[in-house]
Amino acid sequence: MTLTAEVIRAHGLSDDEYALVLSILGREPNITELGIFSVMWSEHCSYKSSKKWLKTLPTEGPGVICGPGENAGVVDVGDGLAAIFKMESHNHPSFIEPYQGAATGVGGILRDVFTMGARPIANLNALRFGDPAHEKTRHLVAGVVAGIGGYGNCVGVPTVGGETNFHASFNGNILVNAMTVGLAPADRIFYSAAAGVGNPVVYVGSKTGRDGIHGATMASAEFSEGSEEKRPTVQVGDPFTEKLLIEACLELMATDVIVAIQDMGAAGLTSSSFEMASKGGLGIEMNLDLVPQRETGMTAYEIMLSESQERMLMVLKPGRENDARAVFTKWELDFAVVGHLTDTGRMVLTQKGAVVADLPIDPLAMASPEYDRPWVAPAKLPVVELADVPAIDTITALKTLIACPDLASKRWIWEQYDHMVMGDTTQRPGGDAAIVRIHGTRRALAMTTDCTPRYCVADPREGARQAVAEACRNLTAVGARPLALTDNLNFGNPEKPEVMGQLVEAIRGMGEACRSLSVPIVSGNVSLYNETNGQAIQPTPTIGAIGLIDDIDATATIAFKAAGEALVLVGETRGWLGASLYLREIAGREDGAPPPVALHREKREGDFVRAMIADGQVSAVHDVADGGLLVAIAEMAMASGIGASLNAPRGLAAHGWWFGEDQGRYLLSLPQSQLAAVLAAAARADVSAQVIGSTAGADLILQGDGAISVEDLRTLHEGWLPAFMSGPDSNG
Amino acid sequence: MHAAVIVFPGSNCDRDVAVALARATGRPTTMVWHRDTSLPAVDLVVVPGGFSYGDYLRCGAMAAHSPIMREVKAAAAAGVAVLGICNGFQILTEAGLLDGVLMRNRELRFICRDVYLRVETADSPFTRHYGVGGTVRFPIAHAEGNYFADDETLDRLEGEGRVAFRYATAAGEVAAEANPNGSARNIAGVLSANRRVLGLMPHPERLADAALGGTDGTVLFDALVESFK
Repeated sequence: MTLTAEVIRAHGLSDDEYALVLSILGREPNITELGIFSVMWSEHCSYKSSKKWLKTLPTEGPGVICGPGENAGVVDVGDGLAAIFKMESHNHPSFIEPYQGAATGVGGILRDVFTMGARPIANLNALRFGDPAHEKTRHLVAGVVAGIGGYGNCVGVPTVGGETNFHASFNGNILVNAMTVGLAPADRIFYSAAAGVGNPVVYVGSKTGRDGIHGATMASAEFSEGSEEKRPTVQVGDPFTEKLLIEACLELMATDVIVAIQDMGAAGLTSSSFEMASKGGLGIEMNLDLVPQRETGMTAYEIMLSESQERMLMVLKPGRENDARAVFTKWELDFAVVGHLTDTGRMVLTQKGAVVADLPIDPLAMASPEYDRPWVAPAKLPVVELADVPAIDTITALKTLIACPDLASKRWIWEQYDHMVMGDTTQRPGGDAAIVRIHGTRRALAMTTDCTPRYCVADPREGARQAVAEACRNLTAVGARPLALTDNLNFGNPEKPEVMGQLVEAIRGMGEACRSLSVPIVSGNVSLYNETNGQAIQPTPTIGAIGLIDDIDATATIAFKAAGEALVLVGETRGWLGASLYLREIAGREDGAPPPVALHREKREGDFVRAMIADGQVSAVHDVADGGLLVAIAEMAMASGIGASLNAPRGLAAHGWWFGEDQGRYLLSLPQSQLAAVLAAAARADVSAQVIGSTAGADLILQGDGAISVEDLRTLHEGWLPAFMSGPDSNG
Repeated sequence: MHAAVIVFPGSNCDRDVAVALARATGRPTTMVWHRDTSLPAVDLVVVPGGFSYGDYLRCGAMAAHSPIMREVKAAAAAGVAVLGICNGFQILTEAGLLDGVLMRNRELRFICRDVYLRVETADSPFTRHYGVGGTVRFPIAHAEGNYFADDETLDRLEGEGRVAFRYATAAGEVAAEANPNGSARNIAGVLSANRRVLGLMPHPERLADAALGGTDGTVLFDALVESFK
């Protein structure tokens, strides 16, 4: 069969890329081979537009055991243990079929982590939906949340944190970024490089079906009207099988049978087999008749491109097949020796006795295209002057902000996630970061996800710096030392120079912040083409971060603990309202430069706050972020039921003082007896700290500017999301 | 006390309850695989929470017919204590060891949060250290915890003092707004006729450690240890 130009184009290969295929093969590919090239060179699998820039990120540090390039990043956490973690997007599938799209996103990221030998200990997710008024938003929220819960709850891994934003730019392209954190013995990490000519190649897990064919290609194209018709390319998840697969893999990993292991994620059997062979510099001969199949009559093309879930590929030590088979049989999972390693450097696939594909591995896997796409730096936006933003009554503004979609309580979401299973969640959702104890110890990992897309669209470089800094602040605020980051870069079409400029600038900003704060990026994922009908999303470089806690008793929460304590603001306040929530929600404007991050101060402030927590000087800590100072105080009050009496601002207009989103700030609540010592310590650390009021009663009282009860605040804050979700289209 | 925890494919609170038991007993907990055909000599069998067999067919339905459940039923008949938590409660009702069924939550959503329970009886090895009418705080985490039985059965359970826990407010008032899932008469846990089988949807093992935010669950496990000294 000769491949028509139409068939080639339908596989997403450009003319130049197809010419490269011809020169690599020295002949025309058959349809199976074309399909393999197509998925291997898709943006999703090859990172062809972003690779050049990703290489500039700092990926090394004293604790890094394995940086980007494997299934997930690995960091030493002491006591012979390593944390393995990564974040990954499932944006397009979740828009088309929200429950299965989100569920399989969780399944995929879990596999990336346990493939490397870790038991998953926590999941997080960062979600961006469209305007709440958009007709699809409620249906998408309901489906995505149910899907994440349905999968994570069943596999028995707690979903402990995340974030959810709403903005019209996501109306036609939501973002579902899922993160998993696992723990493994530091000396027993499993990698994907194949080794040992002749060693058996083994397939385990679920059978292969026709679902998800060309998912990676779909994830690498823009959406248009009618994209919902791509529903058959969305995979279907089975968390029960995943749970069995976790237990079986970890049981086998406790033996010495496995040489290499790789999960079958995007591009399924194709990418897993090519990556293992390529990393090991070897070839593979595989008999597709031996691949467990759910349906009859599957073609080689379908088998190689299926994205059926809950599958793994392994290379075993010779002669140990039966040891491995016994484990998978115990867990009632498929197990099949499907091929063996060769020294040819080629992937040779047979079916029904005939060779159906014969491809050189390295040119496909390693020499995939890399583009230096043209880009233009976004224009800098003017700084919004405080005097040009209308001030409204402070209490009225507070009531509006704490009930706006981005700031309203997300309890409706996280109560659908089992966040306690495994018995180690010592700080549950709702604070600055979740804390999960390292089982059987007094130590713990703190974890969070962060990004503020409205800052990133205004200034991608500053916005990305802010995302990194804010993630580290969240860890600091619970008392954790930031260890390492994972990133999930969600952008529009990189073939547009403006979008490519956003990506380039965001990666630069991330790199600057990471170097300044000494935190490496050890894993990540890039999701491009997040556009519908040519309309790009707000650029969203989501940061996932983990930090280490040496003693779970030396941690902090946001809730006030007692009345009569001093409230101390750490950091500097200029009243920055550009790109703020006040500007958007109160003034109805989305303009201006975002607040700058003073990286030179950021580390000092973080070190100071962590020291105060470790020394037991403070009783509550909260990072000041979206919505500004008064929103942060209200959140501390609502978490406790205790109010506060707040001094009138001096030298700054009220709306700038209370709602400015100046960066690098924390609120500390502490007994009056500790005040002198804390202020002295701040001075020694060269950190700005000032008393702004004290905790008191059951109301928030602004001296000379009104008051509101904490109970009323709670009603507003807790009310919005349940009311929205019980609206008329909730089953849409 | 010797305790065993049954592990089905899809169980996921098996380790959590084993940890709580080990803390109470001071000795390791025996884990029993679902395909085993005999139970060790134990004082207590725990059927843990999770998604046995993926909740396929119906929550607990397939686990109720696994080989080990024949042994659990025989042990219960012989007077061995059996504790079913969450999915374990669903399995015990499916196995006929407890009355009633667990249906989809009223709001049709999974719910994970702390709830308050009023203790309805101290006459069991599980609840003997709680004060009748007192409140305890345990977490729930389920999508199918809506307890249902016909009125005759409910009247009989109440008449025989076999309702162990009811959903209540923090002040201990059994009220509609404190019912998280639509359970009949706010019932959260019930006992067998011999009072030695307890099934409940809330998870006592999840608040049996001060570091996790509470120890109301510890009291239940300590009471069992005391009962089987």
